[in-house]
Amino acid sequence: MNILEPMIFFAVLGLAAGVLLALASKIFYVKTDERIEKISSALPGINCGACGFSGCEGYACAIVNDGAGLDLCKTGGAAALDEISKVMGVEAAGAVPEKAIVRCKGDCNAARTKYTFAGVGSCAAAEIYYGGFKKCTSGCLGLGDCIKVCPHGAISIKDGIAVVNEAKCVGCGLCVRECPNGLITLRKVTNRVDYTCMSTDSAKQTIAACENGCIGCRQCERACPEHAVKVVNNHAEVDHSLCTSCGKCLEKCKRNVISIRN
Amino acid sequence: MKELMLIMIAAVLINNVVLSQFMGICAFLGTSKQLKSSVGMGLAVVFVMFFASLVTYPVYKLLERLGAEYLKTVAFILVIALFVQLAEMAIKRFLPPLYKALGVYLPLITTNCAVLGAAITNVDKKYTLAQSLTNSLGTGLGFTLALILFAGVRARIETSDIPETFKGVPATLVAAAIVSLSFMGFGGIV
Repeated sequence: MNILEPMIFFAVLGLAAGVLLALASKIFYVKTDERIEKISSALPGINCGACGFSGCEGYACAIVNDGAGLDLCKTGGAAALDEISKVMGVEAAGAVPEKAIVRCKGDCNAARTKYTFAGVGSCAAAEIYYGGFKKCTSGCLGLGDCIKVCPHGAISIKDGIAVVNEAKCVGCGLCVRECPNGLITLRKVTNRVDYTCMSTDSAKQTIAACENGCIGCRQCERACPEHAVKVVNNHAEVDHSLCTSCGKCLEKCKRNVISIRN
Repeated sequence: MKELMLIMIAAVLINNVVLSQFMGICAFLGTSKQLKSSVGMGLAVVFVMFFASLVTYPVYKLLERLGAEYLKTVAFILVIALFVQLAEMAIKRFLPPLYKALGVYLPLITTNCAVLGAAITNVDKKYTLAQSLTNSLGTGLGFTLALILFAGVRARIETSDIPETFKGVPATLVAAAIVSLSFMGFGGIV
């Protein structure tokens, strides 16, 4: 088979197309804002869409043309914000990185189930049937709707509940929208103490449903010297503007509901 | 002349590229939201199809002479990509609002199988240059016609009261199927 001639033919064809395009780009040249290009190169370029725009290029255009916020790119984080602020000539406010947190510790050892779910493997589907197969209607169902949307592979299922690998999490917040029980939120990494139960059931119901569920006993509330911990809707919540990460609430909690990280 | 007319009618109505051959569905669904962007997209496709077939004709003849017809897909894609780029630059230069409205669908014409489909149909049916150009023009116009018709249908869908579960994509796809069904009525005219 003759290979040389087609090769030459394609080389000529490609060259001609290239020259034509180069000429056309000169003729049809449009002056674009050079800031858009600079911002585009500062962004990660993975087009995850977590900022709400069509992609990194779209976000760059939105910053320059429509005055969109500079800190919407969670994937790029502080580095991208620095770079963008430099291009736009604004001082960057010290951005604290955020990580996703799953507020449920009701794993297969702790939480009890009320029926066996044999439907489509999705939390949203299971949630439709009587608030999920766990006795606790607020608990993590562990069917991985959050895993499917995570572009960074940071979430995994461990003992039947979703667990975030903080080393991989960039805090883009895509999983937050996905959880049918609203268990995932973004927390600033400086907020070390956090609560991990969202149950709104009464103490009696919670005791029957899960060993790691908050029963609203208020021991933590009393232990906190800063009054940062409050029991709201039958579970403890932490006000991070007051919390000093002293860890006294942890010591009192018998239900493993409050946790502290480094 | 009569033959060219027949090719034209066949390409626009009977073998309508979107509604009968189901090619280029992505751009069809993507850009038919507004009448204006659908007209723009249609004309861009007409431009690309027409000039691509003008160039693919001699390119194929050359490939035939070299005994390398099997490379036609590669060569055609190259030519199509060239014209898509040209069209993109021209639209960006002269019609910035349209450029914005078309967004990602404009570069996607490169991989729009309708364009490649037209070029390959020309070759498969062994059309002459005039016939090829007529067929491509007809295919492009058929694409535009489908887009415009469907933009009208979608405008109606927007304002009508449809069940919650059917809103958005499902209603659009059902409507596309019905419009496509109506085009079956043209079958067997020529």
